[in-house]
Amino acid sequence: MLIKSLIAVFLAAILTENYVLCKFLGICPFLGVSKKLNTAFGMSVAVTFVMVLATAVTFPIYTYILVPSGMEYLQTVLFILIIAGLVQLVEIILKKYIPSLYQSLGIYLPLITTNCAVLGVTMLVLQKVDSTTLYDYTYIHALVNAFGAGIGFMVAMVMFAGVRGRLESADIPKSLKGLPITLVSAALVSLSFLGFAGVVDKLIPLG
Amino acid sequence: MEKRGLLKEFTKGIIKENPVLCLVLGTCPTLAVTTSASNAIGMGVAATAVLVCSNAVISALRKFIPDKVRIPAYITIIAGFVTIVQMLVKAFAPAINDSLGIYLPLIVVNCIILGRAEMFAGKNPVIPSILDGLGMGVGFTAALLCMGIIRELLGSGTVFGAQILPFQILIFILPPGGFFVFGMLILLANKLNTRAGKAVKTTPCDGCPMAANCSQKSEKCGEKEAAENVD
Repeated sequence: MLIKSLIAVFLAAILTENYVLCKFLGICPFLGVSKKLNTAFGMSVAVTFVMVLATAVTFPIYTYILVPSGMEYLQTVLFILIIAGLVQLVEIILKKYIPSLYQSLGIYLPLITTNCAVLGVTMLVLQKVDSTTLYDYTYIHALVNAFGAGIGFMVAMVMFAGVRGRLESADIPKSLKGLPITLVSAALVSLSFLGFAGVVDKLIPLG
Repeated sequence: MEKRGLLKEFTKGIIKENPVLCLVLGTCPTLAVTTSASNAIGMGVAATAVLVCSNAVISALRKFIPDKVRIPAYITIIAGFVTIVQMLVKAFAPAINDSLGIYLPLIVVNCIILGRAEMFAGKNPVIPSILDGLGMGVGFTAALLCMGIIRELLGSGTVFGAQILPFQILIFILPPGGFFVFGMLILLANKLNTRAGKAVKTTPCDGCPMAANCSQKSEKCGEKEAAENVD
């Protein structure tokens, strides 16, 4: 049951609840950094890493410190500070110990602090704990959800980088050039993700 | 002279430097909460309140905040105001709180607010900063309302809940419709701006709060700029 629900959470985070294409979180990097495949991939890896790390820290802090002491209203301030601090910490550690990784991921890290997908993942998962009734939504589920959200972000970014690569050579009407055509193609990519609705429930029936 | 200057700080955010349609900031809430016109107004008003308050405080403290830690300091101030707004909305407009959901706390990471703090409030006195915040907020609300009305009208046939169209095209209130309507609105804004003879400056890095410490800047913005200026 645990394994089954974990797989369901993971797949849902990638396909049916894709944070970029279905929940509109992290649109800025989605539009800004998806021009080239390698930058899109690098950014996604950095985002996945920070998402999992941030959830790993914020989830226990919320459940074991904020809720028992009745300070849930501090959630927004605390979470954004934790994420900013974590990003800074990761940057320093990478710079000192793994300079090669810092070279490839470091440039994306400062941008991640203000990435709403990261804050969104840490906050939405807390709502899921209350709304999931079929099984117990545990810490492990939260971590898997964060990892899935990161992978979903990567899938969307890499797919979209491919689409934009094709746009480069396409003959686009003058007034659509630049951002408008990018958004229209994003609409089409997001349309294709609508097709996944209900897939996870069908594949992995729970309860 | 003085008065005209202040008025300009206010009006520039509404049309010429509209944060959503010209600077392309704050795209996440623009796409996510505009499924209905009333949601759009709720989001716009909440963000404007945070923007005005944080601009005022940041500009008042601009001489005390050390340059090196300014971004974390700004974020903390903004997060404080977001929490206040969140509590007010929860108490006085629970319906809006339910429909905005997660996007209400996410005002913290709305790049319009951090962007204005970094670009304007951190360098200017209090009164112009408040007006700048107000103008940008009104511009943001107007753009959101525009999106909200279009999407609600086509997607559910209503405007502010009142039935207008006899049919509904569901796709417009689903995510793809959001991307599409936003693309069309930017197209329109670009067209109007170029017709008015103004050079369109839509490099996202212009308003991006992280522009200063973004090593991608030259590469990414160079590309964008080139893409936008080909005409």
